[in-house]
Parts: sequence; structure tokens; C-alpha cells
Amino acid sequence: MKLDANIPSGSLGQKWSSHKSSIRLVSPANKRNIDVVVVGTGLAGSSAAASLAEMGYNVKAFCFQDSPRRAHSIAAQGGINAAKNYQNDGDSVYRLFYDTIKGGDYRSREANVYRLAEVSANIIDQCVAQGVPFARDYGGLLDNRSFGGVQVSRTFYAKGQTGQQLLLGAYSALNRQISKGNVKMYNRHEMMDVVVEGGKARGIIARNLTTGEIERHGAHAVLLCTGGYGNVFFLSTNAMGSNGSAAWKAHRRGAMFANPCFTQIHPTCIPQSGEYQSKLTLMSESLRNDGRIWVPKDKKDAEAIREGKLKPTDLPEEKRDYYLERRYPAFGNLVPRDVASRAAKERCDEGFGVNATGQAVYLDFSSAIERYGKTEANQLGITNPSKEKIIELGEKVVASKYGNLFEMYDKIKDVNPYKSPMMIYPAVHYTMGGLWVDYNLMTNVPGMYALGEANFSDHGANRLGASALMQGLADGYFVAPYTVGDYLADEIRTGAIDTNSEAFEKAEADVVERIDNLINSNGTRSVDSFHRALGKIMWDKCGMARNAEGLKEAMTEIKALREEFWKDVKVPGRKDMYNPELDKAGRVADFLELGELMCLDALTREESCGGHFREEYQTEEGEAMRDDENFAFVSCWKYNDEPSKAELVKEELTFENVELKTRSYK
Amino acid sequence: MNLTLKVWRQNGPDDKGHMEIYPVKDINPDMSFLEMMDVLNEELISEGKDPIAFDHDCREGICGMCSMFINGEPHGPERRTTTCQLHMRSFKDGDTIVVEPWRSAAFPVIKDLAVDRAAFDRIQQAGGYVSVNTSGNTIDANAIPVPKQNADKAFNAATCIGCGACVAACKNSSAMLFVSAKVSQYALLPQGKVEAKERVRKMVNQMDLEGFGNCTNTGACEAECPVGISLENIARMNREYLSASLSSAE
Repeated sequence: MKLDANIPSGSLGQKWSSHKSSIRLVSPANKRNIDVVVVGTGLAGSSAAASLAEMGYNVKAFCFQDSPRRAHSIAAQGGINAAKNYQNDGDSVYRLFYDTIKGGDYRSREANVYRLAEVSANIIDQCVAQGVPFARDYGGLLDNRSFGGVQVSRTFYAKGQTGQQLLLGAYSALNRQISKGNVKMYNRHEMMDVVVEGGKARGIIARNLTTGEIERHGAHAVLLCTGGYGNVFFLSTNAMGSNGSAAWKAHRRGAMFANPCFTQIHPTCIPQSGEYQSKLTLMSESLRNDGRIWVPKDKKDAEAIREGKLKPTDLPEEKRDYYLERRYPAFGNLVPRDVASRAAKERCDEGFGVNATGQAVYLDFSSAIERYGKTEANQLGITNPSKEKIIELGEKVVASKYGNLFEMYDKIKDVNPYKSPMMIYPAVHYTMGGLWVDYNLMTNVPGMYALGEANFSDHGANRLGASALMQGLADGYFVAPYTVGDYLADEIRTGAIDTNSEAFEKAEADVVERIDNLINSNGTRSVDSFHRALGKIMWDKCGMARNAEGLKEAMTEIKALREEFWKDVKVPGRKDMYNPELDKAGRVADFLELGELMCLDALTREESCGGHFREEYQTEEGEAMRDDENFAFVSCWKYNDEPSKAELVKEELTFENVELKTRSYK
Repeated sequence: MNLTLKVWRQNGPDDKGHMEIYPVKDINPDMSFLEMMDVLNEELISEGKDPIAFDHDCREGICGMCSMFINGEPHGPERRTTTCQLHMRSFKDGDTIVVEPWRSAAFPVIKDLAVDRAAFDRIQQAGGYVSVNTSGNTIDANAIPVPKQNADKAFNAATCIGCGACVAACKNSSAMLFVSAKVSQYALLPQGKVEAKERVRKMVNQMDLEGFGNCTNTGACEAECPVGISLENIARMNREYLSASLSSAE
């Protein structure tokens, strides 16, 4: 099998505009007869549903939450990148493109990434027009900040709630179309399967989570905007309900899964505090603009801190090891996420970790508070300010930038981060892998599209901060609405999709059988107990560092756990009413397959790149060793009865515009 | 910590519902309230009993899905805190904690502590948007400067998470704080001014249709709001509404 990415010809800068003006259109009269299903209502889903409806298609949108506004895009904190160059610091579309390709460790597609950079500026214009309240300076113009892996300030933000504001903007566009009757919204509905008929996606089977009813929805195109699968690790910064089931169901129906092992472990999360923990909370990367990361220089001091005998604020400057500034002087605390995470793990593994568990490092704002305090004092014309005054003023500035994050930290840890450094540790945050898509964002199943985090295309092996929001909205507002038309132009004579066909019958019967198996398996163990066990295997053996032996073990263990699950899981309640345990059971069952594929992918990729770090492939200084000669490809997996038997198809990556270099942030 | 929970159980919208008592043992004070509920649910499942249904998702205080009425207050005793960010250290060993769903005619119970807040969506659909197409071909984002003061106020109003605590806190089940937050956000920004009058009329009308009560200025909503949406927004909405009512509909 050969995969064609359908990349338009022409120079990099011309591809998208010439493609957009030459692909086929569907006339307004025909659009009225074409149905599109959008699954998921995060940034990608809401924006796509709103845009397609505005263009005239009949759209049905689905979300498992009680409202489209709850999708997990809402929790994104730091910001959204755009090549606006408002700060006049030399930014450009090319630079954003280059930073993203380099940040992704040269494992993403040039053409897709360039397009992303190209439309980034429109996103900001669009959102401002919709009334998204971005941060502004005193002149009333938009403010920017800096993020990891780059040397310009191109990140637009709304305090630490950028995702919330952008999602509510997309939600408002969606609401406008719902009120016009162009979108029919299905809240508390979960997609249970995609229906593929005659080789094309023809609709979905959904379950009403309130009543348990199974529904069939026919469509000429199905857009999966269902986010990432980070919850395969049980503990992650994802929402409790975030799941990989829609993507996995699509995979089982023939869609290729690309680079499943590319997982982003985010360096700044609040460390785990106990076994009962249900999720981890992110502290935005934007904090690394002003926070300095350190551990004690001396192991004895680290021990004393762990035992509670020493406070971090008692440790003088010269006894602290600002290890990122030491190892990577050019980027310092703003190295990309994968680099920062590994460096934290390295220090903790060596015994320099803080927190009772030894699994944490400090993120310290004291120098930023002092710096801002002095500037503020100057501006206010205070001569010879006292130290207390400087700190008071500085804390106010820091609060205006990160107030809600500091509050959140205080609530969770009961420690005031203005006075004592935050403790942080890496945690699973984002999955770069996902459904394989071509340039048009279509999977290899015609009519089935994947947008946002659910696809694989733009971030390679590591995503840069503030780029997820950019990609979600780019895909949903500015890419898919055009490219879908190219496919749908052939569907104008199809007529309404018959949901009584054999394919729908069969898909529904499969769904019902699976639900029955779950609800009737009179086992002894709760769904969560299996999920936790899977998460532990994944974190230990397919987490921040991986090796062949561990991955092989993990595959055997996951397979055994999956068999155990189907024998011994206990799902209480009934299938014909609101039953969150049943919903969860279905999702965990899919994670138990996906996890194994992730390990297989990690095992097959015998190099270290981005978030994928194989212990066998590292330099003496512990830096990643990429192998461009043998692994400059996208690993696309075709489903074959069970995850371990998946077939590997390679999409070779060709780089015509950038030179492949060892990624250095030193 | 050992605690006694009194939890509202209601097996569907038509069930009458009742309180049930559950002892919970060995709770770590660093657990979140929902993690404590997870522990209780694990126990119920292992005993073959029906776990307690409750809504939750992000567990970091931003999605607005969690919704418990704890000891007579939405989201419990801490100020500016959602249930998922409420930690057990806010309680004392031996405490009895009463947990109920949001109670309002406009928020029917789905099961136990989960309620249907679709009314909020319908109010937003009535006019909670700026009528701009998603083509991206709008004017440059910096073409209209917005005074920082207004931008900040609009942002503060826009941080509403739509959880419904304001309705649950209000003796009249009024949704004024929720609606006014959205009305204010747009009324304060030049982009939203064009449709301001029509918007406030439509949103208030939908709010009334959904069966939310009137505002009698007790301020309970502001006190209980987990993100600190200010009563000032209600005053602004009243002004907007009055001015819209005094001008002709066309």
C-alpha cells in the first residue's frame, strides 16, 4: 500500500494559495443537500462546524460533554502563535514555519507546516473580530509574549486562559449557526463507530449518553476533531473524559494511525502527590518566560529539602543549579518542551529532585519579581525603593501576567508561589501522533477527515508551545472547510445517505454487542483499576525514556491486561440510562489496544527524536541522536486484527526548503 | 480523615430522589473533593452498588462541568473555587458533608448530582455572538485599538465558565450573572457594539423563557461565583437592556 500525501506542486509559498484557488467547489444549491458530521467541539471541531455551516452544508456536531464549550481546548493556558511581527523582532511566516519544523525535530511535513504558519495571522484577525479579549497594552494594541524553542515574541494570550477565550469564540460562531438551524448540536453524545461503505466514510453510530440510545447518522463526510490520546497514561493533563476512541474506531475501520509513539511530556506540571491522584495539572509554559528552573547543586541539600529540614528559600544563589541555563545558554529556560522534560528527569534520576517523592524541580520567580519591581519603581518615580517595596511592586506585575496560574497552584498545593518557588515535574500533555491525513486533512479513507490534535500532521516529534491552539483553529476555520469541498464535489449526486444499509446495520450491531459484553461481564475489578495499571506500564516503559527491552515487555503486559479486562472488568448499572462507568469502560478498552500500538511504534523507531527518546540512541552528553538516513519518515500503521500485528507503511519525508540539522539549543 | 457524606440520590429525572448516608474513611487532606468522590465510588462499585453520578471533566477549574452543592453552597466552602479545585484540607476530620445537585427548575436533574444545563447553551444561541463570518478576511487585528481598561473588563466578564453556580446560589434561580457576563463582554468591545441592543433583548428574552427567576440584588451569585464575575455586569446589562427597550426594535 502506498500513501499519497497529495502535496500540491509549486514553491512552498505558493502551494496553499494555488491549491485553494484550483480545487473544486460545491455550488450553494448543492451544499444544501450535503450532510457533514463533525465529531468533537474543541477548537478544531467548533470552528469547522461553524465554518461549514456558514458555507451552506448541513452540519451535525457531536460532543460527549454537556455543552460544546466544555471541550478540553478550554484548558489551554499560555497562548497562540501567529506570525504577525507586531513586536518588530524579525518574525515572519518563514520563521514560524522554520521554528515549527525544527522544534518538531524534522519529522513533520514541510507543506502542511508552511500552510499553518501562513494562515496563523488570519486566526488572530478572525478571533479579534469575534470579540475574543486578548491581552492588550496601554496603547490598546495586542500584547505578545515569548514561548519555548523560539527567539521572538509571537504568542498572543489572554492571561493564562487563552484556550478558554479562543474556544468560547469558536463556540459563539457555532452558536450563531445553531441558532440559524445550520448546525444541529448533539450534546452528551459519543461517537461509537464510523460507518464505512463502499470504501467511503458514510456516517457514524452515536450513543446518547443520557438515555443510552444508539443512533445512526448518515453523512457525506465525517470530520473527526476528537483531540489526543494522552489519557492512555491514566495520569495526564487531559480532561477526565478526553479519549482516543473515535480515532481508534476510525483506525479499526481502515484509517492509518501515524506516529502513535510521539507523545509530548510537558515539563511544567504540578507533581503527583499520592496514589489517589486522578489527573495532573499543567502550569503554563509561559511561566518559563519569567521563572527560573533549578535544583540544589549539592545532593545533601536536596536530601534535606526532601526530608523537610531545609526550605528552598534558605538555599543561597551559589548553591543552586540552574541546569537549563547551564546546559543550554542560548535558550536557557525557554528550551523546547522535550528538552526541558528530559533535563528535569535526568536531575531527578541523579538524586537532585525535591518534593518528598524526589520527583520535582523548582520553578522560581524571585528574580523576575525583583526585576519587575525595580522597573515598576522607576516608572512610578520612586527613588531608592526598599526591598519590600520592590517585591510588593514586582508581585503585582507577576500577578497581572500569571495571576490565575499562581492561584491554581496555591489551591492545589497549599503553598504560596509568590513567596516560595513552585515545584514542577513533567507530565503527559499532548500527542503529536494521530490519524494519518494528506494535505487536505483527509485520512486514507475517502470522506473521513481528521483535524486538530486528532491528526498527526504539523508538529512532528515535538510540538512547540502555543502551537496547538494555532493548529486547531487553522484546520477548522481555514483549511478543512475548503478542502472538504474538493471531495464533496463528487457527492452532489449521491443523495441522502441511507442509514438502513447493511454497513449501518452491521456497525450498529457491533456497537451493541460490545456494550453488552461490557455491561454483562460480571467481573470483580473496576474500570479505573485497569486504567491505572495501563497508565503505569505506559509511563514506566513508553514514557520520557524508552528502550527495546522495556517496550517488548510493555507489549506483552498490555496484551495480558487487555485479556484480563475483558474477563474481569466490572461495569455497574444499566446500558439504557446515564451511566458514566459504562462510557469510561468503552474508552479504556480502546486505550488497551492503542497503548500496545504505541509501544510497537516506539520499538520500531530506532532513533531518538523530539519527545521520542530511545535510551540506546543518545550522545555521551545525553542528547538525542536522530537518524535521518533511516528514519526520516512517518510511521503509518494499518490495523490487522490486533495491535501487535499492525502493518507499517512509510511516508517518506522530503525536505526541500530546510536543511536537516542536529537540533541545538546550546 | 474520616467523614460522613449525605448525598442526594435520584435515579433519573422522574424519580423523587432522597438523601443517603455514606461513611468515608482514610481520606488524605491533599485529595480534591472529586478524588474523594472517586474513592467512594470505587467502594460502591466493589460492593456491587450503584456509584454516584456527577459531572466533571477538566478537573482544573476551567471547563465548568463540575457542579455540586456542598454544605449549602455551590462548589463548597472556599471562595473562588470550583468543586474540582476544592481540597479535603478545607474540611475537618469527623465532619458531615451534605452534597446536593444544583437546584433550579431550569436545570432538571439527569441522575444524582448531574443536571441538564442546556438552557445556558440556548441563551448563548439566542445572541451570544458577534455576527462575523469565519473567512479570516476581516480587518487587521490591530486596526481597532481597544482601551486597555475596557479590554480588561471585557476579559474579566469573559472568564465566566458557565457552571451555573450563580443560579444554584440564587434564591430566585436567576441567571442574571451568567447572561450579563456575556452581554458585558461584547458591550465593552467595539466589535460587539453594533448588535448590542438586539443581543441583550434576545438573550434576556431567552433567559425568561427558560424559567430562570428574577434578580433581587442579593448578590449571592457574585459571592459564590468560582471565577469572581462581578455584580457590576448585572448593572451594565440592566443599562443595556433599558437603553435597548427605549429604542425602536428596527
